[in-house]
Amino acid sequence: MQHLRQLEDQSVYILREAYKHFDNLAMLWSMGKDSTVLLWLARKAFFGHVPFPLLHVDTSFKIPAMIEYRDRVAREWGLKLVVGQNKEALAAGMNSAMGRVNCCTALKTNGLKQLIEQKGYTGIILGVRADEEGTRAKERYFSPRDKHGDWDFRDQPPELWDQFKTTFPPGTHIRIHPLLDWTEINIWEYIKAENIPFIDLYLDKGDGTRYRSLGCAPCTTPIKSTAKSVDDIINELRHTTTAERSGRAQDEGRGMELLRKDGYM
Amino acid sequence: MDNLTQKPSDNLNIVIVGHVDHGKSTLLGRLYADTGSLPDGKLEKVQAICRQQGKEFEYAFLFDAFLEEQEQGITIDTARTFFGWKGRQYIIIDAPGHKEFLKNMISGAARAEGALLLIDALEGVKEQSKKHGYLLSLLGVRQFAVVVNKMDLVGYRQDVFDGIEKEYREFLGQFKAVPLQIIPVSAKLGDNIANRSEQMPWYKGPTVLDSLSAFKKEPGRSEQPLRMPVQDVYKFDARRIIAGRVNAGRVKVGDALVFSPSNKRATVKSIEAFNVESLPIEGHAGQSVGITLDEQIFVERGEVASHQEALPLVSTAFRANVFWLGRKPLERGRRYQLRVATKEVDCEVAAIHRIIDTMDLSQQQGSNVVNRNQVAELTIRAKVPVAFDLSASFEATGRFVLVDEYDIAGGGIVTELVHDDQEFLREEARQRDFAWVKGEVGVEDRAQQYGHRAAIVLVTGGRHTGKSFLAKTIEARLVADGRHAYLLDGGNLLRGLDADLSEGERGQAAEMARRYGEVARLLVDTGLIVVSTTNPFGMAYGEAAQAIRTLVHPVPVIAVHMSKVPEEAPPNTDIVLSGPTDFDEGTRRILDELKRRGVLARAIGAKPTFQYSI
Repeated sequence: MQHLRQLEDQSVYILREAYKHFDNLAMLWSMGKDSTVLLWLARKAFFGHVPFPLLHVDTSFKIPAMIEYRDRVAREWGLKLVVGQNKEALAAGMNSAMGRVNCCTALKTNGLKQLIEQKGYTGIILGVRADEEGTRAKERYFSPRDKHGDWDFRDQPPELWDQFKTTFPPGTHIRIHPLLDWTEINIWEYIKAENIPFIDLYLDKGDGTRYRSLGCAPCTTPIKSTAKSVDDIINELRHTTTAERSGRAQDEGRGMELLRKDGYM
Repeated sequence: MDNLTQKPSDNLNIVIVGHVDHGKSTLLGRLYADTGSLPDGKLEKVQAICRQQGKEFEYAFLFDAFLEEQEQGITIDTARTFFGWKGRQYIIIDAPGHKEFLKNMISGAARAEGALLLIDALEGVKEQSKKHGYLLSLLGVRQFAVVVNKMDLVGYRQDVFDGIEKEYREFLGQFKAVPLQIIPVSAKLGDNIANRSEQMPWYKGPTVLDSLSAFKKEPGRSEQPLRMPVQDVYKFDARRIIAGRVNAGRVKVGDALVFSPSNKRATVKSIEAFNVESLPIEGHAGQSVGITLDEQIFVERGEVASHQEALPLVSTAFRANVFWLGRKPLERGRRYQLRVATKEVDCEVAAIHRIIDTMDLSQQQGSNVVNRNQVAELTIRAKVPVAFDLSASFEATGRFVLVDEYDIAGGGIVTELVHDDQEFLREEARQRDFAWVKGEVGVEDRAQQYGHRAAIVLVTGGRHTGKSFLAKTIEARLVADGRHAYLLDGGNLLRGLDADLSEGERGQAAEMARRYGEVARLLVDTGLIVVSTTNPFGMAYGEAAQAIRTLVHPVPVIAVHMSKVPEEAPPNTDIVLSGPTDFDEGTRRILDELKRRGVLARAIGAKPTFQYSI
């Protein structure tokens, strides 16, 4: 438990720094396990309140149960939900058959960029974790994006102790990553410790499969697993050496580096 | 593997540093491979990519995620990697060794609790080996092991190892750093990483993996005196919660707290939390907490809560060791933003005492700039008093960063308090505030009744600039508006309170200003808006204004400077009125400033609403 509390304290500190410094702040919520833990941490940081809107970039290809879960939790917790969608790209028929990186760029990266531009957000809180894949391992807690939303990973600002980059030129924004130090197991241990309601797609409901990582339906495949509870998941993860995102198609080759440099989450 | 299934009991952040090409990423890759910590297929995948590109596989490629890093064979930015061993979850940060990327190395090392510092046995101690060793010490990373790598390239010879050990220990000794271990290894071949080497029977010490287990989670911070910098104040519901991270010591329900530098005091009523069965009664070092107080005092981000027995230092100036990472050189006299814990304030570099060459620790004096990647000893002067500690006593409140325009451009540790000319008055105010006997009516009770908070409007300037007339106009206007205002005229003090002063004492500003300030302090404690001028001080108005400011702190002082021709106003002046004075315009600007600073409520009535809530 001690190690979870240490992670919690650091994430709460980061969330409070973000809230203090950014007038137009929002949190990305994909309804997956990570961003749901992030949302819970916000309630911890602000004593039951979530003082900024939650953004969902809807690709229209999400698994329907996710949308149901989203609306129910938003209602119960009194969240301010903002849903964005790249309607233009969808109208032009964008889908994963047109290339996975193309599809992610259009519907997620550009969908997010449109939302940021429309609403003028200057700070976006995201639930990315360093252990998910290589480029995320190199992120800062407070990571600047330029006018085009691009990430200059070659020249990241220094981050010293608990002092973060909270000032930025007009027209740019900062991505805030409170979960960088959390591992996949930590996420589940915390869900268990805090009894956080999560979407049941992560559990095996009898057919011997479950989702380990959630994305769009066409590009996310379930894994073989008989984990029917959080305890089962934790136990399974302690014994696996398969990568978490092995069921996420856009990670193949250099997909994530290319996506993230252009502002993917 | 057994170690993977164990539930971790704590976390430890480790950084790997050292000169470029001395094998940091290789060591990391090897550590993972030899402990079975890599995900399935990762090793094979990277090996396949290497075959495809026709280059020799290196363990370093496992974590250099960017294409550019792999192509150039260097690490550009730090990577966080995760590693579980013997019931502990490690985050191992692989820091770049190339001097171009020193800011990334520092970012990695600043969040580490322990370090491995690599030295190439063949190349020996190089520039960055020394710089990184020195910076670890400056950044507060006290536990570290030195790893002498590539022993295979020197035939595993003990004399080579001994030579490097001697040279490097001497270097570290100059700033009193002591490594926990010095370990001879070959990361490439796996000697003494996870497994004991058979090539070096002369070495009896621990392997790299064993030495990680010997690193301790930062001990004892909870046993220090309390330091809790205020991060924010929340009023989402009926509770007014002061949020912050306990950097040292413990905070308990019922504790009497002092907030520095304002010297405000209150008692902890509760420690708030979300989703707990019962509220905690204590918070300790490392925790992000939220407290409520028994009294509604106005405290702000940047103040440091402590107990009265062990207060932080307060001054406008301190001496520090600073490393500079900015694109532009650090310049004496230039404005920067200073951030100490949660306090953010303008500052300037008052003096550059010396530049420290991290190669041989020689010192160079007489420089007016500090270039990128240099380390220097400076005096920093902040615009307003700041609460801080010496870094030797408190880590988190003893260090700071400097922000140049939009970027964190340097960091440092406080080595010495620099006494400023307000020191004695500040101490007088502190002692007086602690002993101050309060009635049942609090400051905020008065504010609610009066529709305004206490403040001082202080008009400075030379003779015959219209100061008295402006002060009278302001007083009249405030009272006409229903506020409680009073003109404190210095002349009135001269004949009464100051009647015992000799001619000599009257000629100097010091004692008169002190008395003046104490009278003003009394008046503002009654909830009044005091309007005053520096008339009795003649041309010593700057000095007098500073003394008054110190004595009435933390009550807002609206400083107005009047002159016939444009001239330099005293520091921290809010409103400058020069040339032929338009008194209506002057009055309007002063009233606006009073509103902006939260002194005047928006409307007068039974329930006043202030510009910001407290």
